[in-house]
Amino acid sequence: MTHYCKIDHVDKVFTRGSTSTCVLKEITLDIEKGEYVSIIGHSGCGKSTLLNIVAGLTRATIGGIILEGHEVNEPGPDRAVVFQNHSLLPWLTVYDNVRLAVDKVFGRSKSRAERDAWTLHNLNLVQMTHAKDKRPSEISGGMKQRVGLARALAMEPKILLLDEPFGALDALTRAHLQDTVMGLHQKLGNTVMMITHDVDEAVLLSDRIIMMTNGPAARIGEILSVPIARPRKRLELVTDPTFLKCRQRVLEFLYERHRFVEAA
Amino acid sequence: MNMPAAKPDISASIPSSPTSPPAAKIVTMPRKQTAMNARVSATLGKIAAAVLPPLVMTALLLTAWQLLCMRSGATLPPPSKIWTEARDLIVNPFFVAGPQDIGLGWRVLISLQRVAIGYGFAALFGIALGTLIGQSVWAMRGLDPIFQVLRTISPLAWLPISLAAFRDSQPSAIFVIFITSVWPIIINTAVGIRNIPQDYRNVAAVLRLNHFEFFWKIMIPSAAPYIFTGLRIGIGLSWLAIVAAEMLTGGVGIGFFIWDAWNSSRLPDIFVALAYIGIVGFVLDRIVAGVASIVTRGTSAN
Repeated sequence: MTHYCKIDHVDKVFTRGSTSTCVLKEITLDIEKGEYVSIIGHSGCGKSTLLNIVAGLTRATIGGIILEGHEVNEPGPDRAVVFQNHSLLPWLTVYDNVRLAVDKVFGRSKSRAERDAWTLHNLNLVQMTHAKDKRPSEISGGMKQRVGLARALAMEPKILLLDEPFGALDALTRAHLQDTVMGLHQKLGNTVMMITHDVDEAVLLSDRIIMMTNGPAARIGEILSVPIARPRKRLELVTDPTFLKCRQRVLEFLYERHRFVEAA
Repeated sequence: MNMPAAKPDISASIPSSPTSPPAAKIVTMPRKQTAMNARVSATLGKIAAAVLPPLVMTALLLTAWQLLCMRSGATLPPPSKIWTEARDLIVNPFFVAGPQDIGLGWRVLISLQRVAIGYGFAALFGIALGTLIGQSVWAMRGLDPIFQVLRTISPLAWLPISLAAFRDSQPSAIFVIFITSVWPIIINTAVGIRNIPQDYRNVAAVLRLNHFEFFWKIMIPSAAPYIFTGLRIGIGLSWLAIVAAEMLTGGVGIGFFIWDAWNSSRLPDIFVALAYIGIVGFVLDRIVAGVASIVTRGTSAN
């Protein structure tokens, strides 16, 4: 049985001088095509490290990542990342930020006009066409994150990696952007791996929630499937018994069994 | 005489219907005029606020200078004497009265030409070397202390070495400009390259930008504010250095003019030359700062 994306026995040890810290221990996870997987855990448990390993930005000490039957060990546009702090290039306009990615990924396969259309199409997906000529400093945090999302989608990644994409946003903007992401996932059928520390967000968006134990040597503590039919409606879910049960399970895991230990 | 009388009426009618288009249409002409007048007077006010204080201060300083140097036995000439004795230099910067008797404007241009060559080389070489050094931790560790020592050496201390090497005053002066202004450009560029945020490197990695693309699309724009800081310090230093270098190497530049005036006891001429040097240095600085603000717009803000 081959899986779409396989995180295979990944260990990560950071070594500084003579001291080495084991951050991740024996992480094994299979992600199916089109699946939305969230990874949740307290801060410092190595969630972001795991995402960076999948992205290829960090090397696993032991183990590896297999995506569509091929091992990946360097970064590439097939694993597009939406960074927590948007990481748009401030000297480029919104359009040029997305276009840079489009040109790089489709420089050979699409004509100039097609790349222009594809850039605009992706800006349109996140409703940012109106600000295409603005610079990142001229748009709000939520808008920046939308552009970051458009840039990632424009690469047509095999797996979309979201690194706490809504973490720096206020509650209303966050909800709005979550709906956008949910709609896009429904529409485009992307495979998504999202890092989050927000329980409601994880339950609302995910097919499966991966709960990490506390570090050092964090491992997967529990995997919870969220059997709620899509499309999901935020307001209806508030009273949905399945939603509440899932939410409770995650909360119990995080705050009873693996309570965050205030270290250093 | 009409306008002042009409003004209060118009300005009184504006607030009552500030945004309604029909009213604006009916009184198009007067409204436009008031708007124009208001804009003009606002601009004039702004200019006055920027220009008047320095003018007042200059006048005060000149008066103090005049009072201090007017009494008999004063070693330095007062402004009035400078005006009477060096009027041709002040009034006409571009006269040509002989091979060695030309206006200060020409002399400044000759000095600027030397600066342009020396500083141009320094900018190219400094940015290139700074980019290389910034990318390598070991190059930075090895070279940074050396640069920090070399950059403190006075421009004039380089002159004998450069004269010995080039055996001619013109390239020597240019070399002094180069060697004076290159250090801040190298160091600032290297720091700028070192400080490229990891986020941008990650973006480049995910996009698989090659070295060339990374250089043009990430490295240069990201380091641009640092590079321009170096360029701005560099232009200031090279203008400082040219005057000193020309005093020693001779020729036609503004620096040699000062030395020549000193030797022939024309003190008022020196004061005029100092004013020229100061103003040109200020303009050079503003030009580089202006280019910087155009090129790096949006880069510093995140």
